[in-house]
Amino acid sequence: MQDRIKYWKGIEELENTPEFAKLAHNEFPEFLPIGEGSGEKPSEGGKTHRRDFLKLLGFSVAAVSLASCEAPVRKAIPYLNKPVDVEPGTANWYATTYYLNGDYNSILVKTREARPIKIEPNPSSALTPLGTSSRAQAAVLSVYDNNRLRTPLLKGKEAKWEQVDKEITSRLGSVSGKVAFVSSTVISPSTKQLINEFGSRFGNFEHVVYDANSSSALLAANNGTVPGYDFSKANIIVGVNADFLGTWLAPVIFAKQYIINRKLSAEKKDMSRHYQFETIMSLTGANADIRVPIKPSDEFAIVSALHSAIVGGGAAGKVANIDEKALANAVKDLKANAGKALVVSGSNDPSVQAMVAAINNALGANGTTIDAASPYFVKQGNDAQMIRLINDMNNGSVGAVFFYNANPAYDHPLADKVVSGLKKVALKVSFAERIDETAALADIVAPDNNFLESWNDYEPKKGYLSLAQPVLSPIFTTRQMQDSLLTWSGNTTSYYEYIRNNWRKVITGDFNKGWEQAVHDGILQNGSSMLTVTNTFAPATIAASGLAKPASGAIEAVLYEKVSIGSGVEANNPWLQEMADPISKATWGNYVAMPRKMAEEMGLAQNDVVKVTMANGTAIELPVLVQPGQAQGTVSIAMGYGRNLDSMPVAKGIGANAFPIATVVNNSISYTSPVKIEKTGATSEIAQMQTHHTIMDRLVVQENTLVNYIKNPKEVTEYVRIATHDGPAKPSTISLWDDYEYKNHHWGMVVDLNSCIGCGACTISCQAENNIPVVGKAEVLMRREMHWMRIDRYYSAVEHEPKDYATMEDPAENPSVIFQPMMCQHCNHAPCETVCPVAATMHSSEGINQMAYNRCVGTRYCANNCPYKVRRFNWFAYANNDKFDYTMNNDLAKFVLNPDVTVRGRGVMEKCSFCVQRVQLGKLEAKRENRRPKDGEIVTACAQSCPTDAIVFGDMLDKESRISKILAREHGERAFHVLEELNVQPNVTYLTKIRNLA
Amino acid sequence: MISCILKPTHKIFLAFLLALTVTFGAQAQQASEQADVAAKGVEPGSTEGAETGTADPAIIDAGAALFKNNCAVCHSAGSDVIVGPGLKGVTSQRSESWLISWIKNSQALIQSGDEHAVAIYNEYNKQAMPSFAFSDDEIKSILAYIDAQANVAAATPTTVAGPEGAVPGQNVGTDAIGAVGGYLDIVLVVLIIVLIVLVITLLLITSLLKNYLNKNRELDETDKEVVNQRFDFSKIYKSKAVRTLVVLIFAVVLLDLAIDKTMGIGIQQGYAPKQPIAFSHKLHAGEHQIDCNYCHTTVYESKSASIPSANICMNCHSQIKKESPEIQKIYKAIERNKPIEWVRIHNLPDLSYFNHSQHTQVGGVECQTCHGPIQEMDVVYQYSPLTMGWCIDCHRETPLNTQGNQYYDNLVKLHEQSSKGAFTVASNGGTECSKCHY
Repeated sequence: MQDRIKYWKGIEELENTPEFAKLAHNEFPEFLPIGEGSGEKPSEGGKTHRRDFLKLLGFSVAAVSLASCEAPVRKAIPYLNKPVDVEPGTANWYATTYYLNGDYNSILVKTREARPIKIEPNPSSALTPLGTSSRAQAAVLSVYDNNRLRTPLLKGKEAKWEQVDKEITSRLGSVSGKVAFVSSTVISPSTKQLINEFGSRFGNFEHVVYDANSSSALLAANNGTVPGYDFSKANIIVGVNADFLGTWLAPVIFAKQYIINRKLSAEKKDMSRHYQFETIMSLTGANADIRVPIKPSDEFAIVSALHSAIVGGGAAGKVANIDEKALANAVKDLKANAGKALVVSGSNDPSVQAMVAAINNALGANGTTIDAASPYFVKQGNDAQMIRLINDMNNGSVGAVFFYNANPAYDHPLADKVVSGLKKVALKVSFAERIDETAALADIVAPDNNFLESWNDYEPKKGYLSLAQPVLSPIFTTRQMQDSLLTWSGNTTSYYEYIRNNWRKVITGDFNKGWEQAVHDGILQNGSSMLTVTNTFAPATIAASGLAKPASGAIEAVLYEKVSIGSGVEANNPWLQEMADPISKATWGNYVAMPRKMAEEMGLAQNDVVKVTMANGTAIELPVLVQPGQAQGTVSIAMGYGRNLDSMPVAKGIGANAFPIATVVNNSISYTSPVKIEKTGATSEIAQMQTHHTIMDRLVVQENTLVNYIKNPKEVTEYVRIATHDGPAKPSTISLWDDYEYKNHHWGMVVDLNSCIGCGACTISCQAENNIPVVGKAEVLMRREMHWMRIDRYYSAVEHEPKDYATMEDPAENPSVIFQPMMCQHCNHAPCETVCPVAATMHSSEGINQMAYNRCVGTRYCANNCPYKVRRFNWFAYANNDKFDYTMNNDLAKFVLNPDVTVRGRGVMEKCSFCVQRVQLGKLEAKRENRRPKDGEIVTACAQSCPTDAIVFGDMLDKESRISKILAREHGERAFHVLEELNVQPNVTYLTKIRNLA
Repeated sequence: MISCILKPTHKIFLAFLLALTVTFGAQAQQASEQADVAAKGVEPGSTEGAETGTADPAIIDAGAALFKNNCAVCHSAGSDVIVGPGLKGVTSQRSESWLISWIKNSQALIQSGDEHAVAIYNEYNKQAMPSFAFSDDEIKSILAYIDAQANVAAATPTTVAGPEGAVPGQNVGTDAIGAVGGYLDIVLVVLIIVLIVLVITLLLITSLLKNYLNKNRELDETDKEVVNQRFDFSKIYKSKAVRTLVVLIFAVVLLDLAIDKTMGIGIQQGYAPKQPIAFSHKLHAGEHQIDCNYCHTTVYESKSASIPSANICMNCHSQIKKESPEIQKIYKAIERNKPIEWVRIHNLPDLSYFNHSQHTQVGGVECQTCHGPIQEMDVVYQYSPLTMGWCIDCHRETPLNTQGNQYYDNLVKLHEQSSKGAFTVASNGGTECSKCHY
C-alpha cells in the first residue's frame, strides 16, 4: 500500500486558505439563518423581532382555530368514460425514444393516470439498455413547461391552425427564390423522407443540417457518417479533446461500451487503458488513466505526432509543452494493441480528423473497434452548407426558410449574420416549442409537440431502429412538425400512418403484429436500416492545420458543452440548471474556468468577474472558476447560457452567451479562439455544491493501481483497524449497539467506483422520483440544496512515479479525479437515529433508515450527527411558494410529481429513502402473485438510470441476488465502507477504484 | 323532617350523580353499538370458510382469488344476474370440458355452433364474454369455488351474502372491545342501584334513630344538640379545600374536553355529505348484492379502489330505471361530457400512503372491516376514524393472511421458531414508519 493519497475537493481546500478555514469552521453554523431566501449574507443573521414574532403567533393561533372549524369539502371525480388501460393508482409504462443533439436514449416512460412522471432506460435496447443521460431524465419536466407556446403565432399574434395553414399554403404558392429547411441533425428516417417530399415541389429546395456543437470535420473525414466506434472492444483508448462520456456525439451509448472493458472482478482482471489529451477538464478526462492537458493549438501537433508514429511508422515527434513520456507511452501502447485500439478526436479541424481516421485505419480498428458496417447517424451537420445558406440569405436569394430544432440566431457563430439575413427572407417559419431567439424573428411559429406527445422513428446507428409514441395527448394547441408538413403538402394522411407505411419495408411477417411489437418494444433491431445519409461533405485531407497559430502568450479560449445544459435547448429546465457540473460542481450559470497559475499571474481569485473580449470584439463578463487540470494558457467557457428570453424565465439572465468564441475558419466552425481577459473588480459568487462539507483527511474514497490489483487483490483496499487490548481489531467487533436481526429482507447497495463515471444522471433520476424541490442559486450558495444524492468529486495528485517534481510542485496542475456517489448509507448503527428527540428517524426491519416527515420537528440533530452529510433540511416551503417558482409552483409543473411520494413541508429533514416506495410496491406485487420478489425487480431510481451499471441494489438476505454475489466476491478485496472506523455499519458498500496507470 | 333538611343540597348532588351515570351509560352504549355494527359487518364473511364442501380448501382459495379478480365483475357465484348469469349450480348443468372451452374462448364455441353456447349468447343480448387465458387447473379451481359457494349458501341460507375471503377472527380487537363495553355497562348499573339503595337505607336508619332518641330517651341539652344538629352544608361549599377541588375538577374536565376536541380536528368519523346523485349502497350492494368489485374495479389491483366512471353505471342503467330523476343526472353528465363530481368521504392525509390491494387482495380484509356496514347505508358515511391509532391497533392485532402465499412461507417458519404469539401484521414490521409514510 502506497502512502495514503491526499484528496481535496477544490483549490481552497488544497491551499487551506483563510476563507476555507472559516467555512470549514462554520460547517455547522450556530446561528439560525432565517432570511427570506433572497440570498442575504448568512452573517447578517435573522431580522425577526419580538413583536413580529408575537404578531405571527397570534395570527397562527387565529388561523389554526379558524381552519379547524370545518374540514374543506374535497371532490372525487372519476372518469366519465374510463379508458381501458388507465387504472387509477397504477402506473403504465410506454416505450419511446428521447433524442436531442446526439443524445440518443431508448426509454420507458412511467405514466400515472395518463401523465408521464418518470423516464427510465429501455432494457430491450441494444444501444442504451442500462441507463439514460441526465438530460433524458430531466426531459419529463420539459413537457410540463408553462412557457411553451400554447397556439401557433402569425406575425407574433396568437392564431388558429387553419389560419396558419391558409397563410402558409398561399405564401408558399408564390415563393420566389430558394426554399431552405434548416434543422439540427435528423435521425428520423420518416421525417427525413417527409422533408424531402415536402421540398420536392419547389424548384430550388435545400435541407440544411447544422449542429450547434458541430462534428463536420469528423463527418468529412469519414464519408459523412460517424464511424461505428465500439469502445468495449478497445484495450487502448486515446482521446484528443473528445468528451465521449459526457457530451461528444452519443455519450450514453459510448459510456455503456466504455465501461464494459473497465469493470473488474476476480474472473476478469484486466481493463482498458485510457489516455486523454485535452484542454478542459472534461468528464472523460476525469475518468482517463493518463490525462495530459494540452492547448487547443497543440492539438494538431499531437495528432500529427501520433500519425507520423503509427501511420508513418516512425517514433512520435517532439511536441512542445506537453508530457512527452505520456505521448510516447500512448504510441507504444497503440502499436502493441493494433486491432484493439481506438483513437478519437473531438476536433472540428478536417486535417486532424483525416489524420485520426488514418491512424485508426493503420491500427486495424476497422472491423474491430470500429464497426464499419454500422456507422452512427447522430451527427450530420454540415458547417459549410449552413454558412452558404447564411450568405445566401444575406444575398437575398432565399425566398422561404423553415427552422426545425434549430436556433441559429443564438447558437451559430454567425448569429449576427443570421439575424440580418433573415430580414431579407420573405417567409420565415419556425417550429420552435417556445419563442426562442430565431422564432422571435419568424413570421409564423407553428409550435411542434413535445417528444412525449409525438409519434416518430429514429435510427441513431445503422440497423438499430427505434420508435417514439405519444404518452399523453398534446397539452397545448400544438401540432407535430411532421403533421404540419403533411398538411402543407396537401397530404391528408397523418404522420402516424406515414410512419406505419414506411415501416412496412422493415417489418417482416404479419405487419400489424410486427408493428404492435415494435411499438411495445420501442425498438426494432432486426438489422434493417431505413435512414439514408448522403455525403454532402468535401472529403477531408491531411494538410496543414487551417487554424492560425495564436501568438505565443495569447490566452486560448475553448467553447464547450456542459453535461447538463448542452447547447442550451433545454436551458429552461430547472432540474438541469441546478444539476451540479460533474467536475466543477457549479450550478446555475457558466464561468471562466482557468488554471491556477493563470489566476495567480493575473491576480484573480475564484468568483472575481472578468471581462472576456473575443477576437471579433464581442465582450462578456463572467466570474472566474479556478479549475485544476485546465491546460496552462487556456480558459474554457460553457455554451448554452446568457439567454434573455421571456419564454425561458428559469434561464433568463443566468451566465453569458459564449457562442461568439466560436469562429468560422475555412468554412468550418472552430470552437477555440484567442481572447483577452481583464479584471473588472466586481465579484459574482458561483454556486458550487462542493465545499459544503469537509473531509479532514479522513479515509473516504479508495483507489489503487491495476498492477497492484493483479499482484494481490487483497491488498488494494485499506481496512481500518482499531486498537484493542487484544491488538488491532475490526471496528465492528466492538459496539455499543445490539445488532438488528433481519428476517425478511435486508436491502443494500453496492457502488462500484471503477464503473462510476460521475455523469450525474442518477442525481436527476433521484430528483424526479422523489419530488425533490429546486431551490435556486441563492439557496445553493447558502448550502441548502435539496439533492438526496450527490456525486462527490475528489482531486488528488498522483505521483506517476517517484520524484515527479512537477507534480509535487503544483498538485493542481493535472490532478487525478475520483467520483463517489454519496447518499444515505442506511447505517445499521445509525448515529442519526440515536439523537432524534422525537424518534422521527428510525430503523426498519429491512435495514432501511426511515424518515417520518410528519413526526420531524426540525431540530437538525440528525444532520449534525451524520458522518456522511447526506441529510437535507427544508428551510422553506418549496411548494406553492412564489419565491421558488421552479417545479412546484404551478399546476402544470406539479403534474410531474410522483403521487406515491410526499411533498415535504417546511421545517422537516429529508434524505435518501432507498426509494422505499419502490421497495414497498415491489413487495406488494410479489405478495399479490404469491411469490417472493425476484432479484432485479426492485431497484432504486439511481441504480436504474445509471448508464454504466455502477450502482447495484438488492436484497442481501437473498443468497442468489446479484448484490450478495458481488459482496461475497469482493469481500476483503475491493469492498469497503466509507468511514468504517466509526462502526456505523452502512448498508451501502463501495468498491475501490482501480487505475490502469502506464 | 330529615328529608326536608336534606332536600335542597341532596337534590343537586343526586342530579349530578344521575347526570354522570347517564352520560357514562350513553357513552358505553355508543361504544357497544359500534362494536355491534362491527361484528355484524363481518358476520357474513366470517361464516365463510367453515364449510367448504368436498374440494381442497387451497384450490378453492385460489379459485376465489381468480373469481374475484376476473369473473365477479359480471357474474355472481349465487343465482343473481349481474351482467352474465349467476353461476350457482353451473357445474351440474354443463360438463367441465364444455365450461373450460367456453371460458377460454366463448366466441369460438359459439361459432362452432354449439347449441348451449348459442342459446346463452342469445339469451344475454348477444353480449360476448371475453376470453380468459386460464390454465385448465385454474378454471377447475374457479369451478370448485363456485360449488363451494353454493354449499355455503345452502348451509347458511339466512346470512347476507357478502364478499368472500374473510379470515375468521379478524375482528378480534373490535369484538373484544365491544364485549368489555357490555360487561362494564352491567357492572355500572348494578353499582349505581346498590349505591342508591345504600343511601336510602342509611337515611332511613338515621331518621329512625333520631326519632327514637327524641321520643324515648331523656337527653340533656348537649346530647339533644348532637342528635338534632343541623348539618351546615354552607360550611362545605364555603370551605377553601372544597372550592379548590371543584375548580380543579372543572379545569381538568375543561382541559380534557379541549384536548379531546383538538385531537378530533380532522377526524371526520360519521361524515356523510350529500352527494350529487342520491346513490344508495343499500340498494345496490345490500338488496341487489352487486359485488363491490363490479363498480370499484381496481380495489384488488391498485392503490385506489376507484370511483366508478359513468360508463360502468351505464352497463345496467342503459336498461334499468332510465326514467328515474337520479339516473337522469348520469345521462345529463354524459351528454354534457362533464364527469360527476362526487364528494370525497374518506380523506386520508397526503402524508400517509394507503394501498387497497395490499389489504383486500393480499391481506384478505373485508371491505366492511374499514368501511362499515356499507350494504346497509343509504347515504355513505365514514365509519372508521381513519386515525393512525386506529390503523396501528388493527396492525397490532390482525394476524397476517399468510396461507398459500409463498412470500410468507419462510417468515412464518422463522416466526414460529422465535415466538409463540400470533404472526400479526406488526410482527412483520407493519407498524414501522416507512410502511405508510414516504
